[in-house]
Amino acid sequence: MLRQASATPSPDIAVEAIDLVKDFGETRAVDGISLRVPTGAIYGLLGPNGAGKTTTLRMLLGIIDPSSGSRHVLGRDRPLDAAPEIGYLPEERGLYPAMHAREAIAFMGALRGLPLAEGRRRADALLAEHGLADWGKKSIRSLSKGMAQIVQLLGTIIHKPRLIVLDEPFAGLDAINQGRLEELIRREARSGVTVIFSTHVIAHAERLCEQVAIIAKGRVAFDGRVDEARERLRPIVRLRTRASDGAWRSAIPSSARREGDEWVFELPEGGPEPLLKALIDGGAGIETLAIERPGLHDAFVAIAGNKAAAQMAEEKVQ
Amino acid sequence: MMRFLRSAFVVGRRDFAATVLSKTFIFFLLAPLFPVAMGGLFGSIGARVAKQTERPVIAVVAPRNEFERLTQARDQMADALGDAALVKIVGFSPEANLAAQQKRLLASRSPPVRAVMSGGLDHPKLVGALSGDPATVGQLKLMIANARDGGASGMADLRVTEVRTSSGSVAADRATTAWIAQAGLFFLTLMLSTMVMSQLIEEKSNKVIEVIAAAMRIDAMFVGKLFAMLTASVFALVVWISAGALLLQMVKHGGVQSLPTPAVGWPGFLALAIIYFAMNYLLFGAAFLMIGAQASTAREVQTMSLPVTFGQMLIFAFAATAISAPDSAQGLAAAVFPLSSPMTMLARAAEDPEWWPQLAAIAWQALWVGLILRFGAQLFRRTVLKSGPRHSWWKFGKA
Repeated sequence: MLRQASATPSPDIAVEAIDLVKDFGETRAVDGISLRVPTGAIYGLLGPNGAGKTTTLRMLLGIIDPSSGSRHVLGRDRPLDAAPEIGYLPEERGLYPAMHAREAIAFMGALRGLPLAEGRRRADALLAEHGLADWGKKSIRSLSKGMAQIVQLLGTIIHKPRLIVLDEPFAGLDAINQGRLEELIRREARSGVTVIFSTHVIAHAERLCEQVAIIAKGRVAFDGRVDEARERLRPIVRLRTRASDGAWRSAIPSSARREGDEWVFELPEGGPEPLLKALIDGGAGIETLAIERPGLHDAFVAIAGNKAAAQMAEEKVQ
Repeated sequence: MMRFLRSAFVVGRRDFAATVLSKTFIFFLLAPLFPVAMGGLFGSIGARVAKQTERPVIAVVAPRNEFERLTQARDQMADALGDAALVKIVGFSPEANLAAQQKRLLASRSPPVRAVMSGGLDHPKLVGALSGDPATVGQLKLMIANARDGGASGMADLRVTEVRTSSGSVAADRATTAWIAQAGLFFLTLMLSTMVMSQLIEEKSNKVIEVIAAAMRIDAMFVGKLFAMLTASVFALVVWISAGALLLQMVKHGGVQSLPTPAVGWPGFLALAIIYFAMNYLLFGAAFLMIGAQASTAREVQTMSLPVTFGQMLIFAFAATAISAPDSAQGLAAAVFPLSSPMTMLARAAEDPEWWPQLAAIAWQALWVGLILRFGAQLFRRTVLKSGPRHSWWKFGKA
């Protein structure tokens, strides 16, 4: 479905993409992506590798131009016009190995229009604020991958942007730095900054995001609030019985599947009471029965399909 | 526009600082030792070639019949030795004031006269700048002896009066200056173009380019990188020229003043050297940056830059044809062809005092620099950040 670009972008919408398409020769990497990111939101782009997340982000930032479609970023039609108000952490981190951490942070600010002297001052303050004051004079090549990533992240926010775009920001970080990054994202969002990040780790999106776009095969399969994604699914029932067969079996849907010694299925339309009654009357011999609210992972499976979910799980392990 | 320039400045300042403040810049400053050594080697070959191809011109002030006898004697020697091995002789009728005629001929630029022979075949005298060229004097003695009596009376006496310079010796010195300047320009440009390309490859491989491209127009980055290296190299040029002048002052009698003065004078020549270096570097640097944009590994760069380097050498050779013959068809073509124009015109500045061709050439080259920068930046933008499936670089237009 085509959406028309609004003539004057609303101030409530930080980023809007309308039918973005990107072809690389014969290959269509992004196939008509439309999304709206509310101002001040933490917005997640979920999808397996190759889904088109990075290409979408690069188009939104103006690094590459779309083959067709349009985008508005912070009220501007040309994203690079808004560059001084944007911070970007690319998936593949980019820092000059010989630069000192402090200089690298200040340089990233200078790229966004921040005077170098002010950038150095803010870099010192940011490093101290994060308990990293000792890193300032260390060269990037002497830092671990995770440390360098934190330095680049500080460089991403040095100029106090209104929009922060993070491409797979958690990749390569240990648990402590992942927690540090999550806190930093929340803090920026609390101060009114819009944060967009892509990830293939659903747990991060679930913990951080108010809104997500689920991308699969270059298309948006879902765009909305995390609650809405979950609400698309009925609650999940996990049932363990003493009886292996009997009349009670007619009470559970035919799509129910076995996971170990449990039956797993969606709660039927009638709700829990008729189900319980039918199970008891049918002689199931209930050992345990749990009704779970579906997680974002379940929603992702339902929306993007089992194959995409399996691919994401595999990437997470890697 | 201001933002474009500011962005280019941020990238340029970083590249300049990273280049000049790195330890490897010391090696870079030592780099001219190699081309200078090579230039010396090629220069000596070139000088030998020049001596063979540009035979000294001797003005013969003598009656017509004596000059004809001398010409016949030369022709006989040419049958045995070949015309190219012999000095050139040009006849002039004697004038009332021989001293004034000699002076005028020694200053003549067309032809550039090395020495003037007068006194006829019986009492020949030679005035000119012939130090270090005994072969010319020897050839003339043989020619005179042959012209007198077929050489029966043996080698002729020839009184030689040495003068410091003549138009012929100045022309030869200036040709050497032209050749050295051209070779220096070529090697320096080659070295810097390769360096700027290596930097780009480093940025592509460590992905800094992605961060920069998200913050500014990619053509601002292109211009910033190009001018950073230009600034660094002008800095290096100043160091090299100062060090060279100091060295000459210490080791050569007369110091820098003993160097053959280029036709446009030293201040003008040095100013033109910097301008033509900038033009040459921007033309070739842009080409090398475009190549760097296509490649993603150092090996790819080597493969792609090899033919370009050979092409650059061909252009250098083309420009070298203009030395000593700037107004020949080849010389004019080399001056007009944008890629060879800076090297050709620098050589011309060493040999020809006229300024208007220099100013016209600078305007012409500036036009081409503008065009190539524009085209280069566009191509760079199209190719440097391309992700997704790889494409053949020659299909960039379809990207």
